[in-house]
Amino acid sequence: MAPPHRPYKRPAISDQQRRRDLALQAQSSRRADAQARARSLANSLLSPSSAETAEGDSERDHEPTVTDVATAASKLRGSDARRWFARHIMLPEWMADAPPHLASDWHVFARPAGKRCLVVSCNGMTISRVRNGSILHRFPSALPNGSKRDISGPASSYSILDCIFHEPDETYYIIDMICWRGYSLYDCTAEFRFFWVNSKLMETTAGDPPSTYHRYRFSVVPIYECTLEGLEAAYSGSTPYMKDGLLFYNKHVHYQAGITPLALVWKDEACSQYIIDTDSKGQVPSEQHVVLELQEDGKLATSDDPPVVFGSLDNEFIQKSNLRPGNLLRFAFRDERVKLVDGKMEISELQFVGRPNRARAFADSHSKALFQYAARHAPLRIEDLVASIQSNHMEVKSTDVEMQG
Amino acid sequence: MNITQILLAAQSADGNLRTVAEGNLKQFQEQNLPNFLLSLSVELSDDERPPESRRLAGIILKNSLDAKDSAKKELLIQQWVSLDPSIKLKIKESLLITLGSSVHDARHTSSQVIAKVASIEIPRREWQELIAKLLGNMTQQGAPASLKQATLEALGYVCEEISPEHLEQDQVNAVLTAVVQGMNQTELSPEVRLAAVNALYNALDFAESNFANEMERNYIMKVVCDTAVSKEVEIRQAAFECLVAIGSTYYVHLEPYMQTIFNLTANAVKGDEEPAALQAIEFWSSICDEEIELQEEYEGSDDANSTVNYRFIEKALPSLVPMLLETLLKQEEDQDQDDNVWNISMSGGTCLGLIARTVCDAIVPLVMPFVEGNITKPDWHCREAAIFAFGSILEGPSVEKLAPLVQSGLDFLLNTTKDPNSQVRDTTAWTLGRVFELLHSPASANPIITNANLPRIMNVLLESSKDVPNVAEKVCGAIYFLAQGYEDAESISSVLTPFLPNVIAALLSAADRADTTHFRLRASAYEALNEIVRVSSIPETSVILGQLLQEIMKRLNLTFDLHVLSSGDKEKQSDLQALLCGVLQVIIQKLSSSDAKSIIAQTADQLMFLFLRVFACHSSTVHEEAMLAIGALAYATGTDFVKYMPEFFKYLEAGLQNYEEYQVCSISVGVVGDICRALEDKMLPFCDGIMTVLLKDLSNSMLNRSVKPPIFSCFGDIALAIGDNFEKYLPYAMPMLQGAAELLGVLDHTDDDMVDYGNQLRRGIFEAYSGILQGIKGAKAQLMIPYAGHLLQFTEAVYKDGSRFMSCTLQIMLWVMFYLLTLHLRVYNFRDESVTKAAVAVLGDLADTLGPSSKDLFKSNLFHVEFLRECHDLDDEVRDTASWVQGMINQALVS
Repeated sequence: MAPPHRPYKRPAISDQQRRRDLALQAQSSRRADAQARARSLANSLLSPSSAETAEGDSERDHEPTVTDVATAASKLRGSDARRWFARHIMLPEWMADAPPHLASDWHVFARPAGKRCLVVSCNGMTISRVRNGSILHRFPSALPNGSKRDISGPASSYSILDCIFHEPDETYYIIDMICWRGYSLYDCTAEFRFFWVNSKLMETTAGDPPSTYHRYRFSVVPIYECTLEGLEAAYSGSTPYMKDGLLFYNKHVHYQAGITPLALVWKDEACSQYIIDTDSKGQVPSEQHVVLELQEDGKLATSDDPPVVFGSLDNEFIQKSNLRPGNLLRFAFRDERVKLVDGKMEISELQFVGRPNRARAFADSHSKALFQYAARHAPLRIEDLVASIQSNHMEVKSTDVEMQG
Repeated sequence: MNITQILLAAQSADGNLRTVAEGNLKQFQEQNLPNFLLSLSVELSDDERPPESRRLAGIILKNSLDAKDSAKKELLIQQWVSLDPSIKLKIKESLLITLGSSVHDARHTSSQVIAKVASIEIPRREWQELIAKLLGNMTQQGAPASLKQATLEALGYVCEEISPEHLEQDQVNAVLTAVVQGMNQTELSPEVRLAAVNALYNALDFAESNFANEMERNYIMKVVCDTAVSKEVEIRQAAFECLVAIGSTYYVHLEPYMQTIFNLTANAVKGDEEPAALQAIEFWSSICDEEIELQEEYEGSDDANSTVNYRFIEKALPSLVPMLLETLLKQEEDQDQDDNVWNISMSGGTCLGLIARTVCDAIVPLVMPFVEGNITKPDWHCREAAIFAFGSILEGPSVEKLAPLVQSGLDFLLNTTKDPNSQVRDTTAWTLGRVFELLHSPASANPIITNANLPRIMNVLLESSKDVPNVAEKVCGAIYFLAQGYEDAESISSVLTPFLPNVIAALLSAADRADTTHFRLRASAYEALNEIVRVSSIPETSVILGQLLQEIMKRLNLTFDLHVLSSGDKEKQSDLQALLCGVLQVIIQKLSSSDAKSIIAQTADQLMFLFLRVFACHSSTVHEEAMLAIGALAYATGTDFVKYMPEFFKYLEAGLQNYEEYQVCSISVGVVGDICRALEDKMLPFCDGIMTVLLKDLSNSMLNRSVKPPIFSCFGDIALAIGDNFEKYLPYAMPMLQGAAELLGVLDHTDDDMVDYGNQLRRGIFEAYSGILQGIKGAKAQLMIPYAGHLLQFTEAVYKDGSRFMSCTLQIMLWVMFYLLTLHLRVYNFRDESVTKAAVAVLGDLADTLGPSSKDLFKSNLFHVEFLRECHDLDDEVRDTASWVQGMINQALVS
């Protein structure tokens, strides 16, 4: 007698049916991806900033909008996309002097040593790109829509994080958040963005150790108010990562592409291994080096906006060495050739050394050259920062007294 | 040779004679079908002819009216319908006469043939006198028992063949009256009574209004209950079968009879012979089915609950559970693990499991004393019953209730895998599987499996995988579920990594050992392997998976050397290849979604070679699992897949034309999509062939309809891959899309399945339009202008379907409340969300592709304004799509 329709000691599911179902699911999500790709390319034509002709300056003038971000997230191919990424990262100036009101207006944190990159998660995939725009990793992650596994909400809603990839523990340390689940944080203050980094990351399992659908761990860095205690904690507190200097962010600064004086980097021997630039062999050269970009008119400029010109090359040399505008070139100069005028460096004699590492996307900034110059001579020391905070502190106190009086 | 001789020869032991006779029959049939059928009916009706030739005549007649294959069936019906009416009349008269035959086989066969003719004619409003003639047999003075028996059988079969709407209510009433009279104890012949109960079983679906009438219902129920205590066990069994059917069809009318039914079933379970007792248990199982379904359907709307769910199980619980626990102790000695065995302890345990799902926590205190009291007894029956009871109640009760019991009992269970009795070990392994399936959740606060006990559990499972095949099969199942627990907790699945080499080795040897004898063990072992692969943590296991890939490829290669002599061998070979291709598919998918992709890239040539060989060794069909695996491989290899296309193409084409095995066809359609995305414009040279077959598929009425929506989506995939090269297919594809869109208008909106199908079709059509629009976009965009108007109309129609939702829901709700308390109506929306998303997206694609050319269309079809606004109230994904669409339409409108 055959049993009716009732399974006996047998699971109700069939693995074959699961294989079919999983294959169908995969197919339909790939179809959705393919259609989304087709549509996003159209999308990019809608937003003016991403027109193929958009170059350096005009792009920087433009306030990024959510549509731009979408464009960036979707245009994962080609050199234009690379350029976009490279241009949309916020870069700190090197700290030549301690800014006023450090304690009240600034955050400080220890910068992890590693590769600065933008991490974009959308459509079930996470991609990190380093400063020159090339892909560091393409991987599944537990960020929103960062893996095929947990697509929640629209698959195309993207998150963009500003991170440093720290090799020794294979962890992405999040230093800023640009976009979260399609919500743009460009126009938010640093204070708010840091708050979001902490609270939003907790909503995901991106902080978990790596697993199949989460190739790399993400971690927040402890961010402090730049009071004496905060500075002390950032400077000498222990971190799971190797430090490379301190980053200072003005609390009110919005996320803006390019170099900004409202974010500052500072380092000394105690909090970084790399104080003075080394050459390709890892040696500290006897003369200071600087990487500059060759302009149309033969001038040699920094990466600042507007660029600072440090010298020029004559046509004959340019032709002989087969150089083109836009080329990055490494120069050396002797300390005595440097003059400081109103906080600006002037260099009177640059010696051509050669071309820098190909991975380099930008010339050095003026502030970097200045910081390097200072580091070789009269570095800004931690004591100077402490003193600056203390003096601010006293100012605040005295103001209080006046107000009460 | 006359027809009798031919029919006898066709059953001869001599093969040559048989072949000749079959040839003769075929010839006769082809030369003169009407005469052929007539002669058969004469043969069947003639009491002078030998019973053997009459029986075969009846069978051939029956097979001339019906076939399993739907296309063949349609053909046979047409043949019958177009026969000369006078011939048909003669045949039908012969059939009715045969019911009175003294030869049982003849009248039995005749009653079946009558039902087949009825199934063709009654829906066509022909042979309306049939029911009256049959009833005449029953009321005829002094009708012999044999005639009544055959007539009741015929009535039963007729009811089985036709659907209720084809009989008038007075016909139904007359049938029921005749049947119920036949069941009456005053009817002396047990054969008649048995035939009557069986007929009632088939007629129950017709009795809706009779069950709604209390007096008629009382009468039917009384007769059925009386019949359940007849002297003859077959009649008692058939009566309980009727009760089972009444329980599920007329649940809502059952309440007044439950006490009686409980007593009847309890007595049967305790003391009746097994066939009757099994049906008595089945009654309670089917009540569980009903109540589980009621709970699921009305979940979240408590108010509806009390009106339709009588909670019979909950009320009967205190008596029901002990009754079923008793049955667990009635295991057979060498209980065969064959699929065809069904005995009282199996049935009792199964029912217990359903009760647990119905009443949840309430069952636990009723079962645990039995478990505890029996689990250590020396008699293996007691130990097995205790564990079976425990295993049966693991689904339903809350985790809070079960977790402590499982936690304290796990160690005991692990020890019991060493019990001297193999049935105890079998049930133990099954129970471990249930524990892992239902309660093992590594991410929970208090997991059943911890780092501390995992080594022991693994050790026990690996050890037991060497047990006798039926136990080993359950152990593989347990490994499957243990692994599955880590599916939602990938981050901790690496706890399995240290065990992986041994688990894989054990599963491979379990599969190996079973190679010739126990197919189910082999299947279980490979499926457990699949799950292990799915959850394994990459990259730490990529080397191991790479090795496994090699091993499985080696095994697949060996299948080509198997000695295939019979069709049975062929099937075995194909089944084994299916399992191995399944494992390969899972490994390919796993590795290709990770950094270990290179392993697949390096092995792709060999893999493809193997899959092609699998295809090649089954000339008659395309191997489904190999096709699935190729889809995974195409995704993994990307454009490189192009080099396999020349060789693979013919199999793909064959797969797309496999109408009989529609699963194969459907998977092949999916694989076309995979390949499109892999090859992109390199797909072009193959598109002519593929499009031709796909278009043929769409117009083939024999192909299962479920394959058609994916074919439309597939058009979109092709267009997206080959861009404006799709131009040449527009004249063929677009009319198909428009035709399908029109078909949607006439689908039956009251049938759940059709509503589902309608939505699949809508999605498929929209996906096709989207892919084609995006593909054609650019220089040749203007090609799409002629189709834009129709697309907008269709989109508007779909949009409006959705806005009818409110009024329809309301109607249905009222209907439910007042009339249809008995029917489990699912309240549905005509347009589901995925359709909405696809519909709104296609508007954007249209604006995107046509740009300014679509301006006037969007200006004159303003429904998009309202549609987009509504989308903002839906989920994020739809909203996002809608805002993109808004941007696109705005762009087109301002241009």
